[in-house]
Amino acid sequence: MTSLIRRAFAVAVIAITALCAQPSLAADTIKIGYIDPFSGAFAQGGDASLKMFQFIIDYINDKGGALGRKFELVTFDDKLQPAEALIALKSVTDQNLPFVMSCVGSNVGSALIDAVTKYNTRNPDNRLLQLNCGQLATELTNEQCSFWHFRFVGSVEMRAVARIKSLPQSVKSVYLVNQDYLFGQSIEKDTKRFLAQYRPDITIVADEFIPLMQIKDFAPYITKIKASGAQSLLTGNYGPDLNLLIKAGVDSGLNIRYDTYLGHVIGAATAIGAAGDGRLTSVMEDHENVPVEEHNAEAEEFFKRWRATHDFAFIALPSVTQFQMLVRAINQAGSTDAVKVALALEGMEQKDLFGATEIMRKEDHQLLLPYYEAVFTKDVKYDVEKTGLGWKTEAKVPTAEETLPTTCKMKRP
Amino acid sequence: MQIGLISLLDGLVYGMLLFMLASGLTLILSMMGVLNFAHASIYMLGAYFAYQISRWVGFWPALVLAPVLCGLIGAAIEVWGLRRVHHNGHIAELLFTFGLVFIIGRAVQMVWGMLPMPYRVPAGLDFPLFTLYGENFPAYRGFMLLVSAGMLCATWLLLKKTRIGLIIQASLTHPGMVSALGHNVPRVFTIVFAGGSLLAGLAGVIAGNYLTTESGMADAMGPIVFVVVIFGGLGSLAGCFIASILMGMVQTFSVVIDYSFADLLKPLGITLTANDLLGEILTIPVSRIGPLVPYALLILILLFRPRGLLGTRET
Repeated sequence: MTSLIRRAFAVAVIAITALCAQPSLAADTIKIGYIDPFSGAFAQGGDASLKMFQFIIDYINDKGGALGRKFELVTFDDKLQPAEALIALKSVTDQNLPFVMSCVGSNVGSALIDAVTKYNTRNPDNRLLQLNCGQLATELTNEQCSFWHFRFVGSVEMRAVARIKSLPQSVKSVYLVNQDYLFGQSIEKDTKRFLAQYRPDITIVADEFIPLMQIKDFAPYITKIKASGAQSLLTGNYGPDLNLLIKAGVDSGLNIRYDTYLGHVIGAATAIGAAGDGRLTSVMEDHENVPVEEHNAEAEEFFKRWRATHDFAFIALPSVTQFQMLVRAINQAGSTDAVKVALALEGMEQKDLFGATEIMRKEDHQLLLPYYEAVFTKDVKYDVEKTGLGWKTEAKVPTAEETLPTTCKMKRP
Repeated sequence: MQIGLISLLDGLVYGMLLFMLASGLTLILSMMGVLNFAHASIYMLGAYFAYQISRWVGFWPALVLAPVLCGLIGAAIEVWGLRRVHHNGHIAELLFTFGLVFIIGRAVQMVWGMLPMPYRVPAGLDFPLFTLYGENFPAYRGFMLLVSAGMLCATWLLLKKTRIGLIIQASLTHPGMVSALGHNVPRVFTIVFAGGSLLAGLAGVIAGNYLTTESGMADAMGPIVFVVVIFGGLGSLAGCFIASILMGMVQTFSVVIDYSFADLLKPLGITLTANDLLGEILTIPVSRIGPLVPYALLILILLFRPRGLLGTRET
């Protein structure tokens, strides 16, 4: 009761402050235009991202920022529409912001790459850099790669390699379920490709596409999966498509492995709950129990501070690396000039919070980083979303193992 | 065979859930001529209320309290909202309910946040009822069937065997005459709107923990319920019932059909591949386009029988 009232009150206070207060943008901050969905069906993802970035920026600013200046986010809502994102980009360039950042939707990322490249060609005195913090389609750093675009998360391809390599040897048959659109199809394609390459002993008993966010009742799919006798359900689903699928499976007593690509994304833990205990796995860049497993007190402290003020998991470790790299690049360049910062970022190596070395590859501007494959279990120190269950590493896939060649032919200024 | 039997049960559960939502909507639509866009939002409110109440006093009180709360909200919407915009015509009413969708959706996000709620099946019902060909049939599914069947009987009895039911039925087709006979038709409207909202709320209560309770659940359920209402025909609860079960079955069975249209042509000696003209469309298995089938059926019925399955009016 009290928490509800408190939240309603907080909302009211925020609304009133937003109405009254003029945005007080200090003149000497380094501003980053941040475009993501903050309304519409995917608002939950954008909202979570924003909170993680505010936390990261506070952390970076506490350490002094770059060139003695602090970072500041200027947010724009794109409703997950490329057209809206381009309108937002216009505001970013009108305000002469040196950086634009976006995390959700590969289609949005793709539109932004085109637009930023065009803008920079036409306005050589006033260029900007695009920081990609979560748009995963492999094409963005292959066919579509651009000098002005840097991706600070792994691509679909890298995720797929980590997913396949971390499947235990006992698994001999898998059932693929993916969403029927660009991302799901690309996951399905890469899953099949790397299964054939790394695990030829595994048979794909069926490969199923489901319409994106349309299915309410997954029970019939579970019946099919059960009948197929597969040992593992391998899926790139996220959001309701993942939560409902796993809930339906566990309710019907489908006691197999649920090997996901995105089971750690916000909301899934709450929706799935104890049903996923010991069965649900996912591949991720980080989770809150890694510091415990690797006895890293500094990283544990970082997560503890996050947990003190937030009730969902921090899954943006590469974004911390992104800002650490950005600080060094800006310091090295002596300004926020796009070309100088880009050149400084190329080939940069940075130890991440867990102590692993991440590299910004020069050829395609793709960050190379290690992956963790973890299982959802009660047997952990830190739980997720107050469910009593959390992630426990089963396998670590080092950077070198999922570093794949790129087809990028970059046009350099 | 084994998949058939299990799918039959699954389809029945889903169909009954649809009926619970659609029955209220069809009554409101046929009586007041208002396509209530906010109906699915009330369903979402039912789920959120049930979650909140079940955290304080448990699931069973929530099963009663949350729908009643939704019914009261429905009554309030009718009395202070719809009735005021009524004399501005149907478009005004339509826009009013359309606006409500956004307001309710945003309010839910502001109060409960955007994360899915940890609203769970009560422990007393969290066990497999029976096992069929090695697959569990959860007790909660049985409970959902029970509740929706009970609601079906209650609604039927209310409409057919009571005086208020008689007046409601008469108002469905001849509101002017009922009014002339001295009955308070606006109050009947309020009762129907509240009753419809109560049913939607009840659907939310029992579906919220079985599916997930999250801020997108209204958008997910809204369109399919309209299909059921139009398909079943205006003013007919029986038509609505048949349409709900049919849509439930269609959605469930389309998932297990791995054949495509191209496979249908094979016995005729025509073999299509994805490279042929239209081959891309014709070779997609039905399971991949399953959720589209109800909409295809909707178009067919509008073309060939515009008043719906058992509809009594052309409009």
